[in-house]
Amino acid sequence: MAMDNGDTGSTFQDQVIEIQGLTKAFGHHLALRGLDLKIRQGEKVAILGPNGAGKTTLIKVLATIINITSGKVLITGLNPKDNAEEIRRQIGVITHQTFLYGNLTANENLEFYGRMYDIPQRKKRINEVADMVRMTPRLYDRVNTLSRGMQQRIAIARALLHKPTILLLDEPETGLDPQATSILWEILNVEREDKRTIFLTTHSLERVLEISNRLLILNQGKFAYEESGQTLSLADLKQIYQHYSEIEV
Amino acid sequence: MKFWNQVISITWKDTFSEIRTREVISSVLVFTLLVIVIFNFAFGANQETLRLVAPGILWVTFTFTGVLSLNRAFIPEKEQGCLEGLMACPISREAIYVGKMLASLLFMLIIEAIALPVFAFLFNLPVLTLPMVTITILATIGFVAVGTLFSALAINTRAREMVLPILFLPVMVPVIISAVNASKMALSGKPWNELASWIQIIGVFDVIFLVVSCLIFTYAIEE
Repeated sequence: MAMDNGDTGSTFQDQVIEIQGLTKAFGHHLALRGLDLKIRQGEKVAILGPNGAGKTTLIKVLATIINITSGKVLITGLNPKDNAEEIRRQIGVITHQTFLYGNLTANENLEFYGRMYDIPQRKKRINEVADMVRMTPRLYDRVNTLSRGMQQRIAIARALLHKPTILLLDEPETGLDPQATSILWEILNVEREDKRTIFLTTHSLERVLEISNRLLILNQGKFAYEESGQTLSLADLKQIYQHYSEIEV
Repeated sequence: MKFWNQVISITWKDTFSEIRTREVISSVLVFTLLVIVIFNFAFGANQETLRLVAPGILWVTFTFTGVLSLNRAFIPEKEQGCLEGLMACPISREAIYVGKMLASLLFMLIIEAIALPVFAFLFNLPVLTLPMVTITILATIGFVAVGTLFSALAINTRAREMVLPILFLPVMVPVIISAVNASKMALSGKPWNELASWIQIIGVFDVIFLVVSCLIFTYAIEE
């Protein structure tokens, strides 16, 4: 049954992520403090925030890697507590860590993750994603012999292997040289064109304007600012970011 | 079926990685052989003394081997950030546990398969018999069942090399005592029916450890 969510006129059916009162505590420290967020299918959402704001924790919650302390999270209408495996099948995660085994070749890594996702016609799909990230010539090299940028491209291939409908990116450009960074965003720009939902955390304000159509500033575990559409200039965004990432919320 | 495919893939990945680097097997094997040689020199050539202390030496050696080997079980996953990659895959936490446990079991059995003939040669005792092999396999299953769980627990702590033995050794006491007593009887040439009670105790603990560890593992790796 389609239900109106009240504020955007969209339905639960096209809302891929719904968060209500999300709180996550590590001991006495509250990393996320009562977050509310609704993301529709195909939206490209960027989260900005200073270090320790809770960006990575939020990504880990959405990737079902960690459990929440309180509140409600629905991903594609499913509750992670009861449907974690089904949710994970629809999510691709790219972080500054590649999740790749250095002693295995790029191909062996993709083969391993392909088995984990039970991907049919694995070899064909591995060649497709390797081609997409322009890593086919280095596919049979061990990951620890590849540069950081190349490893990150294989990490993108890994995340796209199972054709996820939601892509979670946690500061994917960290540690990359400018050339590798531009290849990374080039690939993501291609992704931007399709119906995939992208949820991105980054420190790069330029990329936020380039990739996203909605931006949020997270500060001390709370959303401090939200802007939809691409109406901001870089100078405005810099000013807004500076203001909202420094204030006490 | 899907569960076992995932389990086999994780075991294959660990085994393949170990074949490439020989990080665990080579270093732990050298340690194991050194301990056996040191004990052999320490107790001299008196066959009566050796027969008396051999079961204890064997299981102290294998316990240390287990601690060293299991300490490494999750380190590659953690160092390369792959544990979160695995946790983001659509597989049950139990599949991760069983896959990692089978890989550790394989590594430990390989080390023991090399160490036992060396032990037999140096101590001049009949350890390459069916009862001894059965005791070794059963006790090793107990070791890796608990060790894999505690290794996952220890990985998120600062002093992880210290945490594993502190958690592991007290829990393993019943299996070690049973293995030492069963080995003592086996080395004295006692028949199966006399060994049976000790072997059954190891078997029961194996089942308990496997079931409980499998159930707790989800909580051990999540935070």
